[in-house]
Amino acid sequence: MESKLIILIVIVLGAIAVAQLVRIYELSSKLRKRGEHEISTRDNNLNGKMMYAFMVLLYAFFIWLMVEYGWTGRGDAASTIGKETDWLLNLNFVIIIAVFFLTNTLLFYFSYKYVRKEGVKAFYFPHNNKLEMIWTVVPACVLAVIIILGLKKWNDATGASGEDAIRIELFSKQFDWTARYAGDNNLLGRFDYKLTTDLNELALLTSETIDSAIVNMQTGPTGIDALVKKLNDRTIMLIPEDREKMEEDLSRKTRLIRLLHQMKKHHTKKYDAYAWDDIIQKDTLYLCLNKEYEFNFRAKDVIHSAHFPHFRAQMNTVPGMTTRLKFTPDITTKEMRKRKNDEKFNYVLLCNKICGGAHYKMKMMIVVLEEGEYKSWMKSKEKATFRDTYFAAAAAAPADTTAVPADTTMMVAN
Amino acid sequence: MASVSHEAHGHTDHGHDHHEESFVSKYIFSHDHKMIGKQFLITAVFMGIIAMLLSILFRIQLAWPGESSDFLTLFLGETWAPGGVLKEDMYLGLVTIHGTIMVFFLLTGGLSGTFSNILIPLQLGARDMASGFLNMLSFWFFFISSIIMLVSLFVESGPAMAGWTVYPPLSALPQAVSGSGLGMTLWLFSMAIFIAGSLIGSLNYIVTVLNLRTTGMTMTRMPLTIWAFFVTAILGVLSFPVLLSAALLLIMDRLAGTSFYLSDIIVGGEMLTNHGGSPILYQHLFWFLGHPEVYIVLLPALGLSSEIIATNARKPIFGYRAMIGSILAIGFLSFIVWGHHMFITGMNPFLGSVFVFTTLLIAIPSAVKVFNYITTLWKGSLILTPAMLFAIGLVSTFITGGVTGIILADSALDIAVHDTYFVVAHFHIVMGMSAVFGMFAGVYHWFPKMYGRMMNTRLGYVHFWITIIGAYGVFFPMHFVGLAGAPRRYYDYSVYDQFDSNTFAMIMDLNVIVTVFAIFAALGQGVFLFNFFYSIFRGPKAPQNPWKSNTLEWTTPVEHIHGNWPGELPTVHRWPYDYSKPGAEEDYIPQTVPLAEGEEEH
Repeated sequence: MESKLIILIVIVLGAIAVAQLVRIYELSSKLRKRGEHEISTRDNNLNGKMMYAFMVLLYAFFIWLMVEYGWTGRGDAASTIGKETDWLLNLNFVIIIAVFFLTNTLLFYFSYKYVRKEGVKAFYFPHNNKLEMIWTVVPACVLAVIIILGLKKWNDATGASGEDAIRIELFSKQFDWTARYAGDNNLLGRFDYKLTTDLNELALLTSETIDSAIVNMQTGPTGIDALVKKLNDRTIMLIPEDREKMEEDLSRKTRLIRLLHQMKKHHTKKYDAYAWDDIIQKDTLYLCLNKEYEFNFRAKDVIHSAHFPHFRAQMNTVPGMTTRLKFTPDITTKEMRKRKNDEKFNYVLLCNKICGGAHYKMKMMIVVLEEGEYKSWMKSKEKATFRDTYFAAAAAAPADTTAVPADTTMMVAN
Repeated sequence: MASVSHEAHGHTDHGHDHHEESFVSKYIFSHDHKMIGKQFLITAVFMGIIAMLLSILFRIQLAWPGESSDFLTLFLGETWAPGGVLKEDMYLGLVTIHGTIMVFFLLTGGLSGTFSNILIPLQLGARDMASGFLNMLSFWFFFISSIIMLVSLFVESGPAMAGWTVYPPLSALPQAVSGSGLGMTLWLFSMAIFIAGSLIGSLNYIVTVLNLRTTGMTMTRMPLTIWAFFVTAILGVLSFPVLLSAALLLIMDRLAGTSFYLSDIIVGGEMLTNHGGSPILYQHLFWFLGHPEVYIVLLPALGLSSEIIATNARKPIFGYRAMIGSILAIGFLSFIVWGHHMFITGMNPFLGSVFVFTTLLIAIPSAVKVFNYITTLWKGSLILTPAMLFAIGLVSTFITGGVTGIILADSALDIAVHDTYFVVAHFHIVMGMSAVFGMFAGVYHWFPKMYGRMMNTRLGYVHFWITIIGAYGVFFPMHFVGLAGAPRRYYDYSVYDQFDSNTFAMIMDLNVIVTVFAIFAALGQGVFLFNFFYSIFRGPKAPQNPWKSNTLEWTTPVEHIHGNWPGELPTVHRWPYDYSKPGAEEDYIPQTVPLAEGEEEH
């Protein structure tokens, strides 16, 4: 409370100070008998000099920032594409910093140099075709170089990945990431969001998951049967809003279950195998050095963005569609720790599209391993395929009510 | 109500029957373009103060995360800042409303609304806008939308929280974030009304420029301000309706259960049935406005500074026709570059490369403008009024922010810095600061015309130096935070401490620097506000043509009258930039002076 008072007092005192200032100026300008529109030579020169001084200060500030922080955060790019990005980025920076210095210097220097002097008339110089041609053509040529180099790199970066690229799906939801390795066959299992249950958070498509989704929606604790029963139960008094909500829920679920039945009818069994060998991995993503990765991205609820700052890679994840990205990590975590002289350093995957309250906490650690280490990690996951985890969990759960609808644990942060 | 609108059409020279006006018809429901301009200005200044205050609130959180601040409790109360610590949701709300108000209410409504209204009729020699009534309507739509936007700050579930671009599904689903409830609905309605108002205004500006120029005022004798307002209005008319459609489809998704932007979503444990929509569609529609919007904000500022720089350099603007050409080129190109906001949204990469090409082309007319400004200063006889300082400051920020645009427009590089603080720094300098500087320049320069009084010059200087030091102090360090890959719209960067403590230390250092400069700059605006409001009432009386300028507005009497000129409308004989013309006695020749014997028009 006291500091509130202080804040208010400061504001009031500030206003009074300014008022006094103005009174002084008013009195002084009355004494001078000069209008506000007539700028005195002294004021004019002073501001001209300040323009010049400001330029020097600005450059000093810039150089200080550059020296102190220019390379701190970026570090070496840890992927092959990232190295090219950095090369091009540096080239562009050289160009734009040169332009920045050149034009700002001209601007501030002229503002200082050509301040009005008694008896010197401005030079009437309305146009000059040659000059104008120069500063149209020169930037155009420089830009042509920038565009050509940029597009070449862009095509490389977004082109199709190689045949043997390792496929990983990154699944995003408020507020975490889940990775899914494509398994032995290097084929990612298919998915449909309607198959989401507690046992199948990534909504993978297999004959079993379709069945269990149908069962769950029909007879689960908030399934169609339960809803109908509750709505028809005359012993319960429902608030009209609750009733309306339940009716809405019911109609939605009836539509969804119809779609699930259709899905079951058209399902081809051969796709089951795509999904069963997939490996689902949370918290930390392990990558192998010098292997090309093809990432597919999905979003469950809202748009997120997969931002790999150290690999100079980024792609939005969009509900309702799959996006993709490729890169080849080429520095191991161990090596990077050495270079950064930071034993605790880790690569990271951040969310870079506003996605709700805890957006800033949504991240996944990434560890790049040498091939040997990576293989032994993979081996440890051999018994943790989707098939293993799914059936183990299904067996553990009570048989009749397979699962509660997914995500009752969501929105923790709010 | 007033006799203006019918008089505006006839070039009649009979006197103006001055009826006594009531307070309401003079100050509130005024049809007079000068009054409407001032209404826009005051409303925008007020909105600007709010938006600036919001930014200070979230800057405090960023510099000192988790530390209790009484300043936050004072403004946000226990609901949104329990124990003096900002809530995560409200942080997003503050960011969103700060952006929305700054872009639309201050820099669109405030800049183009104020100066188009005041200057178009005055610099063209017209008695008023083509339609005084529509003009009034345009302001009142703007005003109502401002009120709704402010009200949304006080809603229980909070204001819109999806960023000023309000991308669905986040903005469409109240389950995803609390601000997407009533707050978002108010946001959408406010914007819909704002767009309607802006559309009416823009149509009016276009018609006025095309039809109500006085005798001799050909298109190529118009001041560059008018060219800028004219192209701005065209951009507005062509692009704002697209934003309206984007907003309407979003309203439908939210209220009518359609699936324009929604597909395959599970949120808050609810499986939605929406299928087949695309969030990317919204982004296309949004940025089809969003990018021209940048130039809707920027062009008027550039127009104002062209006029101010020429006047105070006592030199003709260098390359008048090239300046018009670049305004037109920028205007045209601004419609085919929107995709550069979407390189990594999942849009087809080939489409991305087309947008790289068109976007980088914009650098050419922009470079032409910059070099023309610099050449105008060269061998001038500069009078550094506060307006002139701000205009020069604008050129500087336009350069500094513009060059980083080259990095962002290059899709291959954008991947590394997209949505980081590098972007924040870029657009705040190039669009925010440039436009704000243009607006301040305009206020200082045309204040005598608006209020018949002068602002205090010394305070103007103080204001300028605080503002430019603050502006660079805030936005320069942000580039480095961005280059470290730090995402924008993060409530707290302590997450960095878990994987890279060096970078974390750097981000925290820079965040403190940024916040300190931001507070410094914000306090500096107090000097302006005081000067502005004090001078309205107590400033010394202005002479008719304080800056010895050539344009027509300075031939009107200091006292405002309906129809602007007593008696006949002025006739124009020359372009507006005959400053320091060899052979002339004075260093300026107003547009109304006929060409002398044997004198060539520029």
